[in-house]
Amino acid sequence: MLTSPEAKRGNNRVSRGEREKHAAIGSLALATRMFLGFTKLEPRVRLLPKPCRDPKETRVALDALAFQMINGLASASGLFFVAAGLSIIFGVTRIVNMAHGAFYMLGLYLAVTLADRLPGPFGYWGGLLLAALAVGLLGAAVEVLLLRRIYHVPELYQLVATFALALILNDAALWIWGPEDLLGPRAPGLKGSIELLGRRLPDYDVFLAFAGPIVLLALHLLMKRTRFGRTVRAATQDREMVAALGINQALLFTAVFALGAFLAGLGGALQTAREPANLNLDLAVLGDAFVVVVIGGMGSIPGAYVAAVLVALVKALCIALGTVEIAGWAFNMTKLTLVAEFLVMALVLVLRPQGLFGRPHGAPARGLASEAPLRPMGGTGRGLAGAALAATLAVPLVATAWAYAPVLALDMLIAVIFAASLHLLMGPGGMASFGHAAYFGLGAYGTALAATGLGLPTVPAFGIGILAAGAGALVFGWFCVRLEGVYLAMLTLAFAQIVWSVAFQWEEVTGGSNGLIGIWPDWPFDSRTGLYLAALAVTVAALSLIRRLIFAPFGHALRAGRDARLRAEASGIDVARIRWLAFLVSGLIAGVAGGLYAFAKGSISPETLTVGRSIDALVMVLLGGLGNPAGPVLGAGAFTLLQDTVMRETDYWRALLGALILALVLLFPGGIAGGRLRR
Amino acid sequence: MSEMPVNEAPVLSVDNIAKAYGGVQALGGVSFEVRAGELLALIGPNGAGKSTCFNVLNGQIRPDAGTVRLAGRDITGMPPRAIARLGVGRTFQIAAVFGSLTVLANVETALAAARGKSFGLWRPQAGMAREEALALLDQTGIAALADRPAAGLAYGDVKRLELAIALAGSPRLLLMDEPTAGMGAHERLALIGLVRRLAAAHALAVLFTEHSMDVVFGHASRVVVLARGRVIADGSVEAVRADPRVRAVYLGHAGAEART
Amino acid sequence: MRSAAHRLPLLARLAAGAALLLASVAATAPVHAAEPIRIGELNSYKAQPAFLEPYRKAMELAVEQVNAAGGINGRPLELITRDDGGNPGDAVRVAEDLVTREKADVLTGTFLSNVGLAVAGFADKRKVFFLASEPLTDKITWADGNRYTFRLRASTYMQVAMLMPHAVKANKKRWALVYPNYEYGQSAAATFKTLLKAAQPDVEFVAEQATPLGKLDAGAVAQALADAKPDAVFNVLFAADLAKFVREANSRGTLDGTFVVSLLSGEPEYLDPMKDEAPQGWVVTGYPWYAIDTPEHKAFLDAYQKKYGEPPRLGSIVGYTSIISLAEGLKKAGGPDTEKLVEAFKGLAVSGPFGPFTYRASDHQATMGAFVGTLGQKDGKGVMLDPVYVDGASVLPSDAEVEKLRPNRD
Repeated sequence: MLTSPEAKRGNNRVSRGEREKHAAIGSLALATRMFLGFTKLEPRVRLLPKPCRDPKETRVALDALAFQMINGLASASGLFFVAAGLSIIFGVTRIVNMAHGAFYMLGLYLAVTLADRLPGPFGYWGGLLLAALAVGLLGAAVEVLLLRRIYHVPELYQLVATFALALILNDAALWIWGPEDLLGPRAPGLKGSIELLGRRLPDYDVFLAFAGPIVLLALHLLMKRTRFGRTVRAATQDREMVAALGINQALLFTAVFALGAFLAGLGGALQTAREPANLNLDLAVLGDAFVVVVIGGMGSIPGAYVAAVLVALVKALCIALGTVEIAGWAFNMTKLTLVAEFLVMALVLVLRPQGLFGRPHGAPARGLASEAPLRPMGGTGRGLAGAALAATLAVPLVATAWAYAPVLALDMLIAVIFAASLHLLMGPGGMASFGHAAYFGLGAYGTALAATGLGLPTVPAFGIGILAAGAGALVFGWFCVRLEGVYLAMLTLAFAQIVWSVAFQWEEVTGGSNGLIGIWPDWPFDSRTGLYLAALAVTVAALSLIRRLIFAPFGHALRAGRDARLRAEASGIDVARIRWLAFLVSGLIAGVAGGLYAFAKGSISPETLTVGRSIDALVMVLLGGLGNPAGPVLGAGAFTLLQDTVMRETDYWRALLGALILALVLLFPGGIAGGRLRR
Repeated sequence: MSEMPVNEAPVLSVDNIAKAYGGVQALGGVSFEVRAGELLALIGPNGAGKSTCFNVLNGQIRPDAGTVRLAGRDITGMPPRAIARLGVGRTFQIAAVFGSLTVLANVETALAAARGKSFGLWRPQAGMAREEALALLDQTGIAALADRPAAGLAYGDVKRLELAIALAGSPRLLLMDEPTAGMGAHERLALIGLVRRLAAAHALAVLFTEHSMDVVFGHASRVVVLARGRVIADGSVEAVRADPRVRAVYLGHAGAEART
Repeated sequence: MRSAAHRLPLLARLAAGAALLLASVAATAPVHAAEPIRIGELNSYKAQPAFLEPYRKAMELAVEQVNAAGGINGRPLELITRDDGGNPGDAVRVAEDLVTREKADVLTGTFLSNVGLAVAGFADKRKVFFLASEPLTDKITWADGNRYTFRLRASTYMQVAMLMPHAVKANKKRWALVYPNYEYGQSAAATFKTLLKAAQPDVEFVAEQATPLGKLDAGAVAQALADAKPDAVFNVLFAADLAKFVREANSRGTLDGTFVVSLLSGEPEYLDPMKDEAPQGWVVTGYPWYAIDTPEHKAFLDAYQKKYGEPPRLGSIVGYTSIISLAEGLKKAGGPDTEKLVEAFKGLAVSGPFGPFTYRASDHQATMGAFVGTLGQKDGKGVMLDPVYVDGASVLPSDAEVEKLRPNRD
């Protein structure tokens, strides 16, 4: 463990040593200050006059606002580093890198560790760079050893692989660094602050505010002036062209992944002076980075910077305004920081579907048109389905010997319905959703509120939950179906986050972060077996409905729109409307899963609406296989069973789950149920 | 709008359409007409505006000025699906079919769309219009492939399938963007011969763009020549072939075009 | 994962397994060991490792001690721990698993309030005894309290109330609040405002920063608080958010000369990572293990340090006291019968490392208190100076008041 007493003593030594001025760093800070023309305050020497205190003053002063805006630039730079890396990786490889937050987190952990061990300012700053380089190397290794094996399958499988990797990296960090937060030392030479607008702005914030644009400029030069940069730009615009130009694509992808990981590591390392390394950072940062990349336009580096500034400024504004009165209502604007970035993203995507600086791009780079045509079930298929039904019907019989069976089987059924609803959207619909939990959660909340708040019996409450989910899908779908590919996926995520934040904060109705409890079903659904059998009937009904739909003209039109949108339009198919209907149906069925969940657990919380739940569903669908209607059933069953099993087996269950998912992806590229007819 | 009786109107009448992209004039006032039973070839060097013209006619692009009429009815600026329902079929330069469906289901899907049944949620599509779909496959010569996945077809068969999909809408007008691109000489002539027979049988108006001159001069009823977004010739095959402006602008550039 | 065994290194486990096998083969006379009483424990080990690793260690220590002393009427305790996945949905399934598959006699554990409430709801429905060890939400014993659920840890309300005398004594007029934007932070802030307003009617709340948990924009928040020019600040931030906030406030000087009252900041889990930057002069609740010299705590501290070679954290106190409480309750009830256990816990007297306390019959809340002190520095790390133990009973509302707060009482 690196949290040994020696490490801590080492840190103290560094901080004592920092008191002396160190030429290189000092001059950078000095230059910054000279450029700004601000007064320098020595660390720990308070020159500020006591601010005059006027109790009448409640309005936010203009200078306070201005200061917060400048302050926001430092946060913007932090966001930019990690977002730029993500954007470059996506631009060239089309990989939605779920491990990007983990790279950031590792950069911070490594930098804190090195800063504690390497003496002096050179050690500190050198350590930061070393940490970032190490993460870059890790990125290269990941690309070579893992991602390269699965480039031939649809891009979303790389999302699953990097998601599994993120699980493993998080547990690796826990294993190496232990559970306690590690606060690194402050940056030597930049411990003081400057005076600005009567307030003190830390030197380090000034440094960060400049570091962002400097890295932006460096990346710009790299992209414009070097052969590597030109290749990257060419590949971002047209990947096929790169292959045609005879460029070594494998090497390019490795280099790009390493560069992206390096930037994430650098972003993390530069936070050493600002926040403790901890195990929650990976997910927190990942969300922010995605939002910034999407607002800026995927693949656009200047876009990422502008978006980072925009998000940081909006947050700074919310914080600076504090509690404001609107039409007699006092509203605490700081609460908006919970979801501000997602509000900005939703707004940008609705107005400009390709982000601020992105290019409109048509169909996703590699579709699923190679999947096998749907055929009515043959003898084997019917046999398997019958056997599966018989097995699920038999579960209550073993319940006397194994009471846990219906409990686990019920969770599997709920997962199956949820995954099947997402599969309708992603498979036949060709629309990946990163925010499907919105409809699951709306179903759960609708059901719970109808059952507890309105006191309705089980069945009508369930119906209301389903309608609530459908209403959400109807509204959000209208906006989403206008978009394509990752932008569509991100808009679904933005809507899900907005719903989540409402559920999270609307204490009086939704119970806030604690949620609602005491949502148990009436007779005959109040026993484990009763609820299980009801859920089984609902599952069979939902799966049959989906199957009907995809064999009906609607399902064919949906697939037609996915395979060749222009062709479908030219044949008179209203693709947007067909997709909207698919969204609605998918939302309704997700609501079914959510309603069952509420009754199965007896309680719900905003957790039903989180990104984590959306990602779980995504992984289930992809694990199962996009191109086969049986995919979500197998994927959801396998995922739930795996998770339940590994959680019992080891403390490091996340890593084990990640490793198992990776193994599945490598063994069955394209999903357990196959679904790839040919390449 | 139209003063003349509908049945005398040309199937397609294009009046002075213009479209510019950021200062580049792709179409600068193009007018022509296509009548029932006619195979009109729209030719011109690369960048002459053929594809833009097609996309305007089919509704994918809204023109800056001018009108497009279908049998006298103004369809300018309508979305592609609406234009399709009014009886305009289209094939694409790079043939597009629904890869994950069988050949038969491709046509059945197009038939369902043409009949406004795309929102049918319950009854299976298979069997709804099987006979008609097979008839169309028969007409285009790929009935034997009905159960094959469309993604696995040879390119010539993809082109035929796309033609069958376009015909599923019982079009009055067929827009074909480079119908024979990427095909061998024999296949090329077979396909255009098929189109010609179908046009005659169904009194279809066909507008096609084409690079290969043997197809144009061997099969078109009439030829319109575009250059830099303008019509420079409009007439019979012989008249256009003899037109010195065409020779200068179009054929004269043939060598240059080959290099680009 | 049977917790005692899985901590051993692989070789030791193999050896133990082999020995056990030999012993069972060699045994001629059937050794009928008494059927153990199974404690099913579930917690967010993955989501909250800093608190819960010491917690689990202390539970194991307590189980060892109880069993060494002869168990419960001759029956040993067996501890079965499970990760609850950090969310209510998985937690309810894990609870089912513990009850059905593992045949747990009682349930305990949980850290997050929403998980605790969900498991409490489950316990009520399935009529299982549940001792919620750590979740702080007031609802678990009050608004959503039920017959089968008891809670050990001093609640949010109690923690705030413990700090109240200091806040009132400081007699500051302009207060600013900063808290994580979820139920714990919100209810702490609301309780603080209500109690302070009652004690000091002329108080003004000049700023309220509700920050996203784990994603605090520390510089901006520290500055916004200072811009409101408060005389005093009430802080509810903890963990990484707290460390970030303190560092920014230090380098900006935004809290210089401002009186700060802060919840939980004296707990080693949150104080230690700040090292020499730990704030000074803040009045906090916490666990100053280095400054408690009661015999009960001394005995616990020695045993813990002897077994694990490291000082305990607050998590250790909670884990240890949970097991001790269950052992006492089981003894009083004469076994693991759920209904008898519920009755036994009503008014149950327990003596833990913090001294004697009871489980109130009125709201099922333990009266175990916490330490209140002022933060200072010693040997380059933060410590609580002059800590005073505040008995939970002294800050809890009376039974009559609780009756109104707890609609579902029995």
